[in-house]
Amino acid sequence: MKRLLKGGRVIDPANGLDGEFDVLIDGDRIARVGKGLPIDGAEVVEIPAGFLVTPGLIDIHVHLREPGQEHKETVATGTASAVAGGFTAVACMPNTSPVNDNANVTSFILGKAAEANLARVYPIGAVSRGQKGELLADIAELHKAGCVAITDDGHPTATALLLRRALEYAGMLGIPVIEHCEDTSLKGDGVAHEGFHAAALGLRGIPGACEAMGVERGILMAELTNSHFHVAHMSARASIRGVRKAKEAGISVSCEVAPHHFTLTDEALGTPIPYDTNTKMNPPLREAADRDAMIRGIQDGTVDVIATDHAPHHLDEKNVEFDRAPFGIVGLETCVPLTFDRLVHTGIIGLRRMVELLSLNPSRILHVPGGTLSVGAAADISILAPDLAVRIDARALRSKSKNTPFDGWEMRGGVAATIVGGRPVYVNPAAGVAL
Amino acid sequence: MSTEAPEQGMGLPPATSALRHKDLLGIDQLSAGEIALVLETAVAMKEIGSRSIKKVPALRGKTVVNLFFEPSTRTRTSFEIAEKRLSADTLSIAIASSSVVKGETLIDTARNLEAMNPDMIVLRHASSGACHLLSRFCRSAIINAGDGMHEHPTQALLDAFTIVERRKRLAGLKVAIIGDLLHSRVLRSNILLLTKMGADVWVCGPPTLIPTDVTRFGVRATSRVDEAVRDADVVMLLRIQLERMEGAFFPSLREYFEVFGMTEARLALARPDVLIMHPGPMNRGVEIASEVADGPRSVILDQVANGVAVRMAVLYLLAGGVEHEEAA
Repeated sequence: MKRLLKGGRVIDPANGLDGEFDVLIDGDRIARVGKGLPIDGAEVVEIPAGFLVTPGLIDIHVHLREPGQEHKETVATGTASAVAGGFTAVACMPNTSPVNDNANVTSFILGKAAEANLARVYPIGAVSRGQKGELLADIAELHKAGCVAITDDGHPTATALLLRRALEYAGMLGIPVIEHCEDTSLKGDGVAHEGFHAAALGLRGIPGACEAMGVERGILMAELTNSHFHVAHMSARASIRGVRKAKEAGISVSCEVAPHHFTLTDEALGTPIPYDTNTKMNPPLREAADRDAMIRGIQDGTVDVIATDHAPHHLDEKNVEFDRAPFGIVGLETCVPLTFDRLVHTGIIGLRRMVELLSLNPSRILHVPGGTLSVGAAADISILAPDLAVRIDARALRSKSKNTPFDGWEMRGGVAATIVGGRPVYVNPAAGVAL
Repeated sequence: MSTEAPEQGMGLPPATSALRHKDLLGIDQLSAGEIALVLETAVAMKEIGSRSIKKVPALRGKTVVNLFFEPSTRTRTSFEIAEKRLSADTLSIAIASSSVVKGETLIDTARNLEAMNPDMIVLRHASSGACHLLSRFCRSAIINAGDGMHEHPTQALLDAFTIVERRKRLAGLKVAIIGDLLHSRVLRSNILLLTKMGADVWVCGPPTLIPTDVTRFGVRATSRVDEAVRDADVVMLLRIQLERMEGAFFPSLREYFEVFGMTEARLALARPDVLIMHPGPMNRGVEIASEVADGPRSVILDQVANGVAVRMAVLYLLAGGVEHEEAA
């Protein structure tokens, strides 16, 4: 069947488009993009004025928890959360149980994704077998089974030597190594950013240098191996400085920032709810100078991608003493509102840059389809409502877990609908797009 | 019982009429007037402890549970005596960390206790914020008896009471706090209290044991012990734990004593009437020399004695204080 999206503001940076265009979808592909396209038997979808039609958003840092931790999230609930957040594709981290370090696990995840039939799922394989930091996982086999990158996320790659080998080997396959940058000796048993607020609350600190050490190590290994190194969930100003210098030096490095790191600071540890375990994540919420450095990096192009680090945890796991709670928050359904509210409406970035950060650059870094509305490309499309009044209700999240610090937040900008392969997989009843 | 200032005057800001909080989670939540109220109430409580019959009916019919997840002799005993002197029914539960292995969460433990309808829970726990967590889930009044590296409010109140007893004021006094600042809940409660009351607070220790941005609390920080001690009205030593050597915070106890240990020679820089304080337990020959701990300027045992009076004041005020007395 054919669908004609009529009247939206199309933003497609890869093709240099920003303006009112119609988009014709034929089956699962984009057939035409242009002004005043003929209806020609297509079902017409009127896009309200001011709404955006963008290439499908891609979140390259998501924990779907399946297999092994289905009480937190499954591929089905995680992808339901993704499409409700405007994402047409997610890349999922390998720290499942068992670890995604072999083709069987990769195939299992892809099978679950096909069953769920919502967002596209791109598994990310482990660097090391069992993520134990000793022997390399079967990386070529993982790649063949569908993995688009490798990482030992949750932890840094154990040694510089192993990271070097992983980069060399991944380079042969043309896939990036994604690194959770952290010097574990500096981290110790820290649970919050080392600063005034952790000191006041008596929480053990994790300094920003702890992350920057990992960033610098990775940059040096990327230079040594001439392979692509991607910095996950960056939070510290020294890390941004390192990436900026590395890019100037022509080293193949990219990086991502999570919405909570461009929105919140460590002040949230103590207020409004003291010791709220939904303010505990790794890397931690840092001080204002770090948060501001993330925003500047997003603005000046140092940051390539906004990725959520969606990390679902069960209520029982979070309802404990702060130092005993697991790190992480859910992020898929709060990313678009936070990006609009904190970055776009504040004038920090324009809409074109937003689409680069959330769609084009993610597709380029992982070499996955999407990121554009080119004719012939898969019809993965996000319809966004920049002025929609959004109120976050943790209990209403599609994710199986509700661990968000943004419960009750009111923001401007949200998701109207999500289309994957020409098929509407999410329609927000509050936005008024009839799909 | 009177909550008015005693005859000699305590040199404190005007006390509030009541402690309008459900819990005592930290000094952080108290105003200067509320701190003054606790200290003034403790004067009357101390008098009760000096009688031959050391008991008043203020908390008769109230049940207080002392829930201790960390070993403690001094604080637990002090709370128990305070509760008994106020005629509360008390129950002390020491839960070894092994019960954590059995899998019951803190919230479940507290909810099970609450099912038996206590009025107050006095909590000591190794995790910072444990009292805040309980206060969100419990109806009972929660009294923080020390949570991780966060706060130990009754210790700071009894320290303040001890200082005021001798010096008749807190404002303008130079108080030097020396030792393991980083891991100390006593430090945090004390600097919050003393700065609120207008004292000139100096903190001193090796740079490895000074919390990040500690000066944002309104204190001065130094690693030069002479600078901290010079002209001090009060020198408060904090315990140095042997296991900190494993974290490479300092090379050896011997070296610590060389550089930071409080000796008579160092004390010569302080005011002649300086008060020597220590929240205990002391490591003689590490943070404090025995001659100083046992010397004439030491008020370390006064601190312990005053602990009972101050905790009586806190229990009494949280249970309803003035209104309660009027009803009686």
